[in-house]
Amino acid sequence: MKAAAFDYVAPQTVAAALDALDAEGEARILAGGQSLAPLLNLRLATPKRLVDIGRIAALRRIEDRGDHHRIGAMVTHAAIEDGGMALADHGMLAHVAAGIAYRAVRNRGTIGGSLAHADPSGDWPSALMALDARAVAAGRAGEREIAIRDFLRGAFATALEPGEMLTAILLPKLSAAARWGYYKIVRKAGEFPEAIGAALFDSERRRARIVIGALGSAPLPLDNLAARAAEKGIEAVALDAVEAALREAAPDLDRIALRHHAVAARRAILEALAP
Amino acid sequence: MIPITLTVNGRRVEATVEPRTHLADFLREQQRLTGTHLGCEQGVCGACTILLDGVPARACLAFAVACDGAEIRTVEGFDGDPLMARLREAFSAEHALQCGFCTPGMLISAYDLIRRLPEADEARIRRELSGNLCRCTGYVGIVAAVQRVLAEVPKAATAPSPAAEASPSARADTPLWGKIKTALGAKPKA
Ligand SMILES: Cc1cc2nc3c(=O)[nH]c(=O)nc-3n(C[C@H](O)[C@H](O)[C@H](O)COP(=O)(O)OP(=O)(O)OC[C@H]3O[C@@H](n4cnc5c(N)ncnc54)[C@H](O)[C@@H]3O)c2cc1C
Ligand code: FES
Ligand code: FES
Repeated sequence: MKAAAFDYVAPQTVAAALDALDAEGEARILAGGQSLAPLLNLRLATPKRLVDIGRIAALRRIEDRGDHHRIGAMVTHAAIEDGGMALADHGMLAHVAAGIAYRAVRNRGTIGGSLAHADPSGDWPSALMALDARAVAAGRAGEREIAIRDFLRGAFATALEPGEMLTAILLPKLSAAARWGYYKIVRKAGEFPEAIGAALFDSERRRARIVIGALGSAPLPLDNLAARAAEKGIEAVALDAVEAALREAAPDLDRIALRHHAVAARRAILEALAP
Repeated sequence: MIPITLTVNGRRVEATVEPRTHLADFLREQQRLTGTHLGCEQGVCGACTILLDGVPARACLAFAVACDGAEIRTVEGFDGDPLMARLREAFSAEHALQCGFCTPGMLISAYDLIRRLPEADEARIRRELSGNLCRCTGYVGIVAAVQRVLAEVPKAATAPSPAAEASPSARADTPLWGKIKTALGAKPKA
């Protein structure tokens, strides 16, 4: 199928992009196009105008900001996969990036596009929630920061207001003691996962996170379970305990989905905590 | 209609395009470069994979209008390229194609794989090629073809390189690539 007709603009600055979004007619941001172009080709999306933010150099930068890194929204999965910048994340982002789709998709797809798209099965929403990252949204009134937990509102739903765009992700630096795990259940390499488990334990920063993704809604943080794991070790989070915690938090899951997601989470916890 | 200027296989191209025309349709229908195939038009099959500014991309998911100023290389753009010549020979020797529909995308992905991951083992080759679907071969011949070329590459990569020839895509050039090209280029053509 071919996309329906649309207008196209490619502003050079964030301010010009915000102007273009504001202008009359239904406008949509085009980042890497790796989720939006399929929707356009299938005519599941028929925006009047695309605002291509690929020419805004500022959005491709990664900056060290003391206790965190500021990752521009247009940084690609492939750039993160290849590393090259020390992110103080013990390699978690590079690992997650390398598991997204295929190299040809990763060369174009962006971390900001993935987060803004908020596909429940997307990798960045779950991974960035486990890392307690924050999203930076720019609008007419300036910039605001939103914790990823509050940013992700549901399947394909975010806290971005009409006329706002995502400009960066703020990634807190982990301590030397931090350990992480990330496990997905996928039928074929590069496909969207059936289940995602993400785990992060940073004893020095007193942070413990277990996040379950690919649930059909926003990723689900299991804070009590994570606290128990941090306190008592892996014995306290056997598969049955993970499944029980998940059943309580997501009572509508069928038995198979429950097991899939519990297994993914358990394996992520093992990766993080196993000696 | 919007005017664009880009480089296609080393040739400067000026054209006007409708914003909704994706790069694969632009190449096939406006440039008559039908080596870039279209299978799914949703990023899944890999048949349309081309090099965009030196790295693989899905031509069905890039709009031509957004490629203003870009450098495109399609399967037709590898005349005289020693690595692609070796890949072509290996594909034919290992029966890595039957109908040939997937082959242009497969060659581009294999070309990138060999340059980026010269140490890849079989499992890694399979993972790296998982974004290119083949409905004929069962992949065994394709993987063997890539392995055949890769087997020459570590030797090539460690061999001393007096002078690396100039590449059409300078920004994708690395010292390792210079060595690979020198070694492969030194081989007699089949
Ligand atoms: C075959 C295939 C397999 C894939 N498999 C996976 C996978 O396993 N895991 C995974 O996580 N992803 C997967 N993806 C999706 C891929 O990661 C995309 O790159 C990503 O979802 C979207 O990023 P993008 O930059 O391409 O955004 P686009 O497609 O350009 O945009 C996506 C949406 O977000 C909006 N948007 C983009 N940027 C911004 C911004 N800065 N501010 C506000 N709104 C914005 C757009 O308007 C659009 O609605 C796959 C894609 C393909 C084609
Ligand atoms: S046609 Fe582009 S990936 Fe299938
Ligand atoms: S050779 Fe026919 S699809 Fe691969």
